[in-house]
Amino acid sequence: MAINTEKNSYTVIFAAIMVVIVGTILAYLSSSLSGKIDENKRLEKQQNILYAMGVNENVGEGSVSFVPTEKVAGEFSKYIKEQLIIEGDKITKDDQAYLIDLKKQATAAKEGKTRKLPLFIGDKDGKTFYIIPMRGKGLWDAIWGFVALDDQMVVQGVYFDHAGETPGLGANIKQRYFMDDFAGETILNGTKYAGIAVAKGNNDPLNEIKDDNEVDALAGATITGNGVSAMISESVNLYKDYLETIRVK
Amino acid sequence: MALLSKKDANLIKDPLADNNPITIQVLGICSALAITAELKASVVMAISVLFVLGIGNVVISLMRNIIPSKIRIIVQLIVVATLVIIVDQVLKAFAYELSKTLSVFVGLIITNCIIMGRFEAFALGNGPWRSFLDGIGNALGYGIILVIVGFFRELLGSGTLFGFPVLGNPINKTGLYAFGYENNGFMIIPPAALIVVGIIIWVQRSRNKALIEDN
Repeated sequence: MAINTEKNSYTVIFAAIMVVIVGTILAYLSSSLSGKIDENKRLEKQQNILYAMGVNENVGEGSVSFVPTEKVAGEFSKYIKEQLIIEGDKITKDDQAYLIDLKKQATAAKEGKTRKLPLFIGDKDGKTFYIIPMRGKGLWDAIWGFVALDDQMVVQGVYFDHAGETPGLGANIKQRYFMDDFAGETILNGTKYAGIAVAKGNNDPLNEIKDDNEVDALAGATITGNGVSAMISESVNLYKDYLETIRVK
Repeated sequence: MALLSKKDANLIKDPLADNNPITIQVLGICSALAITAELKASVVMAISVLFVLGIGNVVISLMRNIIPSKIRIIVQLIVVATLVIIVDQVLKAFAYELSKTLSVFVGLIITNCIIMGRFEAFALGNGPWRSFLDGIGNALGYGIILVIVGFFRELLGSGTLFGFPVLGNPINKTGLYAFGYENNGFMIIPPAALIVVGIIIWVQRSRNKALIEDN
């Protein structure tokens, strides 16, 4: 009893059944795992914010290690003293500010609404960190990160991540040697919020010049690098009114 | 008694050399160019493809008698995309760190022509066990080339292997760099992979004349 697999009716029925089966499996999987996945993402965000302000478990020169997930909630409330939402001139405190979706806020801004800008104030060994979340475009997909500033607008640490940059090239923005170059750079050029450019040919591979608003680029990752430059300068400019109020001149 | 019959063993052995998916069939070139700047990325991609191709070939082979030929390519695409998404979601829930490392490879695996090529050319016409061996063989053949290319590109382009400096420090001028050696930045960019693959094809064909087409 061979089925005639060439018939049109068979093809249509096969396609319909296949879609239902695959759809059911994926929908079931997605809804049953989404709670766990969201929780992982939430903890990761806390880990990233702490990483930028130097609370991490890095050992040696190359490692990027976060505070372990079991400990992160405690460490987060210990080091992050205040979470602010800046909405135009209005500044409110909200300890859920880190959950704000920057992508949605950017869309809201395009529609003419006031965008909610989250900002985190950390305190480690008596030193205050102002941590700004950032989001931008890489070569293939979104890139995002956090930059921790002190009250002189000098970068204390950064964390970058990406959704789909090329492994070995653009994906290296989350490597230690790239992120560490940002520490000590100033985002100010005179009194202008210039950000930090990922520059080719800045002739400073050891990154000894800290006031040039530039770090050494990654070979083979020009567009990702340009994306990082644009992301930093856009983000610091969004926050510049607030940053002016806390800057020690 | 051998574990595999000679015919079955050839399913694994052939793609490693004389019927290699990259150097002979010229499939999967896109990912071979894109991600071989580092050895680590090459190895991760090779293992991921091994997994997806092994299981995907079995699934397609089990379904081979009921798939309507008119929509077989779409069915194959759905099978591979479903497999990859399931793995990605499960990893995201239970091994988040690992899933971060692998997430960039997901898109590359779904569109890998070797996977579609093996479904179409082998799994649709053979039983599950033979299809499984064929999948493993082809994924290993693909992986070997990826690792060779990744080895040379990372060594010559960055002077490191798996991220560890093996030729000294280029900035402080230690090791080989003390004698004026420089990293070749060209090896980092994708065209260099094409040249390395070309050299592998050259070496392979000069050792086995039967591979050279006469025209």
